[in-house]
Amino acid sequence: MARTKVFVPRETAAVSVGADDVAIAIARKSKQLGTDIQLVRNGSWGASWLEPLIEVEVDGQRIAYGNVAASDIESLFAADFLGGGEHPRRVGPTQEIPYLIQQERWTFFRCGLIEALSIEDFRATSGFAGLEQALAMGSDAVIEAVLESGLRGRGGAGFPTGIKWRTVADASGTQKYIACNADEGDSGTFSDRILMESDPLSLIEGMAIAGFATGASKGYVYLRSEYPLTHKIFGKAIAVARDAGWLGENIQGSGFDFDIELHIGAGSYVCGEETAMLESLEGKRGIVRYKPPLPALEGLFGKPTVVNNVVTLASVPNILRLGAERYAQMGVGRSLGTLAFQLAGNIKRGGLVEKAFGVTLRELIEDWGGGTASGRPVKAVQVGGPLGAYIPAEQLDTPLDYEKFAEIGAMIGHGGIVVFDDLTNMARLARFAMEFCAIESCGKCTPCRIGSTRGVEVIDRMIKGEERELNYDLLVELCDTMEGASLCAMGGMTPYPVRSVLKYFADDFAPRQGGDA
Amino acid sequence: MPVGNGHQAALISELVAGFGARPEMLIQILHRVVEQFGFVSEAAIRQLADELNLSRAEVHGVVSYYDDFHTEARGRHSIRICQAEACQAMGSAALTRHAQESLGLALHESSEDISLDPVYCLGNCACSPAIMINGRTYGRVTHERFDELVGAMGGDD
Repeated sequence: MARTKVFVPRETAAVSVGADDVAIAIARKSKQLGTDIQLVRNGSWGASWLEPLIEVEVDGQRIAYGNVAASDIESLFAADFLGGGEHPRRVGPTQEIPYLIQQERWTFFRCGLIEALSIEDFRATSGFAGLEQALAMGSDAVIEAVLESGLRGRGGAGFPTGIKWRTVADASGTQKYIACNADEGDSGTFSDRILMESDPLSLIEGMAIAGFATGASKGYVYLRSEYPLTHKIFGKAIAVARDAGWLGENIQGSGFDFDIELHIGAGSYVCGEETAMLESLEGKRGIVRYKPPLPALEGLFGKPTVVNNVVTLASVPNILRLGAERYAQMGVGRSLGTLAFQLAGNIKRGGLVEKAFGVTLRELIEDWGGGTASGRPVKAVQVGGPLGAYIPAEQLDTPLDYEKFAEIGAMIGHGGIVVFDDLTNMARLARFAMEFCAIESCGKCTPCRIGSTRGVEVIDRMIKGEERELNYDLLVELCDTMEGASLCAMGGMTPYPVRSVLKYFADDFAPRQGGDA
Repeated sequence: MPVGNGHQAALISELVAGFGARPEMLIQILHRVVEQFGFVSEAAIRQLADELNLSRAEVHGVVSYYDDFHTEARGRHSIRICQAEACQAMGSAALTRHAQESLGLALHESSEDISLDPVYCLGNCACSPAIMINGRTYGRVTHERFDELVGAMGGDD
């Protein structure tokens, strides 16, 4: 009889709430009982609210048990969970969990399904088929397909990926680079992390395709140091791909050479800005560069460089394998394809939801998220990280679409959605936006370096009730200066959350007794 | 362990050689120095500058720029509490106060035993509030769970 497969995710969120302890407890108990099981450490499905979400394969179907603690293992074995038995933790077949099946998984379809470092699992689920397709169709056709798909940069800026690739491909010079931005510093975002921990080979495949399309033989991944488990898993994935001949010289006998070097950041938010990231990849202080020159023409070590986010690159293999039209059929307006939205903060069912653009904030927060964790009304939602606007509850019907968000003075960014309930004091969050900018500013330009500190001071005076109107005007003027004169989005967009609080939650600046944000 | 001694110098030379003495690997090398010695000493800065063909100012500039690098000894255990928005939405401010009071440390402060630092996002925002202890991330951290985790840190991890 085949051994029963038990899946326990090895992914940061799952491990952060006890998945390793659960795995140990299962191994110990099955040994004690003499039951022969196969313990698989898969990636995460992204239903973080159910973590640790363990599964048992019964008659070819995976049965999920959610929020499992090591202390549940005794009773789970007693309830015959290896046979899919009833138990308070039983969620049901994974393929019937509404949170998961109502998604449109394009880039994240393998996450949770496979063992992250198993090249067999990866190949069995069409892994490297996109790269094979690319090698067969030629570099020009690859760029055409990426252009046709409408794929835009998923790091936040939303720049058309195909145009960037075309620019690098057409640039003169023999040495070009692919630089993958995995410095996922925005609060409320974790999609890069989930992908790199749950399906790391897909990013490697996407980078190799980018290298082939643009004529780059070397790729760099810049991963933030706050992700130590991702570091371990992705580092191993590079070795796995190399051993199997999918990285290195003459990949699969095609004559195409491509290899990847992993760099770890060192705790600086602004290194997620593409030019600061390039400086950091060169071993320097993460100071923002002037643009132009564009990194596509003079990037890493002064060479033409594709700088793309993790999700952007990992979306490409399926675009080649399944066709650009299929990707472009999803979404709305000029926001085509899918985005992995991330539900975070005060939300009942937080996690990753990959959906086509056009889904509304309300659908994501209510249908998927189940409302706030506290059970109180939503007061505001910050979309797109610390530089994103706070959107009031009245605007929750806004569809997720780059252009629609720009119309309401907001941005989608990397797709992080952080929910706050009605007990939140928004003035404190406006203050935090300025404070965070002061902490993380690279210091190169004055509006960002000095403006953020002045911003904290002005907001403090407003909160104390000192000359409120005068300080209000001063803050608006300061926001204008930062927005108009900063070198990059750090200082340039910090005003977004501040202005949104001024616009929708001005009452929160009224003096109040101490208390939490 | 005394720092700036022959043992450190030999190990740093080995690290630099392991990275092919490429100056662009400075940050990667500094991570390893911190792993080995806990902080980056003045002697280490001089040696790295020398062996990577950089100026001391360049190395010092990098060390001082990034939060991960320190020039003084830190506590044996590192506790970092996320202060970013998603964790704020789930009570990280109260958790931080609890940590400060129970450990008797302010943020950015170190005792011989423990360093308490802020961190801006651990990417665990669906399981907020999140903290990191000695390089491991923990989610859904209540005050009680915080006390348990601190209690379990052990004597000489």
